[in-house]
Amino acid sequence: MLGIIRTIWLSFLHLFHKNVTVQYPEVKPYLSPRYRGRIVLTRDPNGEERCVACNLCAAACPVDCISLQKGEREGRWYPEFFQINFSRCIFCGFCEEACPTYAIQLTPDFEMSEYVRQNLVYEKKDLLISGPGKVPGYSFYNISGLAIPGKDKGEAEHEAPPVDTHSLMP
Amino acid sequence: MSISLLLYGLVAICATAMVITRTAAVHALLYMVVALLALACVFDTLGAPFAALLEVIVYAGAIMVLFVFVVMMLNIGSPAEQREKSWLSGGIWVVPSLLALGLLVTLLIGLRSGAVPAIVQGAAPIGPREVGLALYGPYILTVELSSFLLLAGLVSAFHIGRRIGGAGIAPLHPDGVHVGVNEHRGVDR
Amino acid sequence: MVWWWAIIVILGTVFGVLAVAALSTMLERRLLGFFQDRPGPNRVGPFGLLQVAADAIKMLFKQDWIPPFADKPVFFIAPIIGFLAVLISFAMIPITPSWSVAGHLNVGLLWVFGMMGLHVYSVVLGGWSSNNKFALLGAMRATAQMISYEVFMGLSLLGVVMTAGSFALSDIVEAQKHVWFVIPQCLGAVVFFIAGIAETHRLPFDLPEGENELGAGYHTEYSSMKFGMFFLAEYAGMALIASLVTALYLGGWSGPILPPVVWFVVKAFLLLCFFILLRTALPRPRYDQLMAFGWKVLLPLSLLNTLVTGAVLLLRAGA
Repeated sequence: MLGIIRTIWLSFLHLFHKNVTVQYPEVKPYLSPRYRGRIVLTRDPNGEERCVACNLCAAACPVDCISLQKGEREGRWYPEFFQINFSRCIFCGFCEEACPTYAIQLTPDFEMSEYVRQNLVYEKKDLLISGPGKVPGYSFYNISGLAIPGKDKGEAEHEAPPVDTHSLMP
Repeated sequence: MSISLLLYGLVAICATAMVITRTAAVHALLYMVVALLALACVFDTLGAPFAALLEVIVYAGAIMVLFVFVVMMLNIGSPAEQREKSWLSGGIWVVPSLLALGLLVTLLIGLRSGAVPAIVQGAAPIGPREVGLALYGPYILTVELSSFLLLAGLVSAFHIGRRIGGAGIAPLHPDGVHVGVNEHRGVDR
Repeated sequence: MVWWWAIIVILGTVFGVLAVAALSTMLERRLLGFFQDRPGPNRVGPFGLLQVAADAIKMLFKQDWIPPFADKPVFFIAPIIGFLAVLISFAMIPITPSWSVAGHLNVGLLWVFGMMGLHVYSVVLGGWSSNNKFALLGAMRATAQMISYEVFMGLSLLGVVMTAGSFALSDIVEAQKHVWFVIPQCLGAVVFFIAGIAETHRLPFDLPEGENELGAGYHTEYSSMKFGMFFLAEYAGMALIASLVTALYLGGWSGPILPPVVWFVVKAFLLLCFFILLRTALPRPRYDQLMAFGWKVLLPLSLLNTLVTGAVLLLRAGA
């Protein structure tokens, strides 16, 4: 009996508590920069695509929602097409971890509802953003030893010139 | 006043006729409820609002609900309706009709000869106070007798409904709940 | 009463009850929200008030489906019975001395009880005619619950009727000029309120619906406006019990300074809120617990209340 009255009283007191509900479309929740939301493809500081079409993200993806085709232009690999099927994606972030060039990144954005399921298949033009994303100043080709037009072997950052094996000098 | 009285009476008679002729038990009971409500209206028009509302509360509101309750628990399906239809045909009507006719004739003779007091038009309605005074004044013995009857009914209901423990007769059901809802009620109608 | 005033009062009461029933669905959802630290429906219109209209439109335009295995005429008439019974009961409620359809009727309380007795039919017939085992179980529970609790409701009222010396609700309100009946009749008031909750099968006594056991109980098969009528009847019934408690125990329209109608509405509104508070606070008892509570606690309490009131009245009359 007393317990019932106490319950009623405690429930009544909740009338004066603050609401915990976030009024979502007007009030946005804070999302950390490392939040795993919509997936983007980033560019390096020169404005080139970072993606080298290595397929590691597609291999890492547990739900197989990424598909891409390698193309080659002036010695650089790039994806001819790059599709992410967001109706399958589980936003696990494995693709981001697998990516050797920081090209694929997850962003703090989850507002991607669609009325047509087909629209959830994002093409490369939907995925590619103009900036470097979370890793500014990083360019894979500036670090790797691969020779590309405008940068020969040994000219990358922190790279010693290639050893001339035909020379007898130490 | 007399027109509405006639109207109520007509409704009561029609509903009662429907009670007799319906084959589906629940429909018949619903017509009976309508007949009781019409009777309550008749009582009210005759200047007995208290009796009218007791009719509604006790008969329409409690007893008939229990009737409906029991009928719906029994799940009287279409076979029973067919059987009732077969009962309601042919010469089976003759004897009850004759008996009812006899009653009607007696009633009419009684009304004609003035054995039943005519309804006093425009008399003060008999409210709860008057009914109470009458019940606990001149009719106190009747009240006491009916209370004895009700007490006896209560005691026997307790006797019938008591839990039989131990190795006696098997109880109705472990929790004392009557079986018969899931078993008897299918969608076979 | 002049005839045109009578028509105004009748129409006002009918539409007022409809509006109160519709708005109390809204009130319930908002208040439940507040009790659970959330805002409740607040999107449609100012403060979400137009949610009522949105719900009504949704209800009206849903497909009105009668199951092929149902008993069609009975299925059709059941919600109408329930709704009308509650609506007609409001005729006896004296909202102010001048605003009541028949508040002075000398058998007013009995009328309300008669209509409550008829309200049982809507639930029973709705459950039976659906020809669905969940609906039937709900109807079975509803019958037993409503008939038994009507007994305690009536018995708990006897104290009030004895003290006021009348079955007319306006006389009962007049008799509370000096002291509200909730003080001398506190036991009766509590029993009446509990029985009223059970009678309108509101939570925590919503066993006829019991959505986690019976789907939706007796109205499982109902859709569209037929369901809407059950729904409106439930909320109108809640308002009816609140108004009855106000008139019988809380002095009805009487109160200082403010006009009578304000007092009545405020008291009834607070009781309505209390109904909703009970819903949020208390869990549903088991069926046998409900019946045992009724017959083993409420019945003796209401009899005791009647006995003590009668004894006090007799002593006072003798003195």
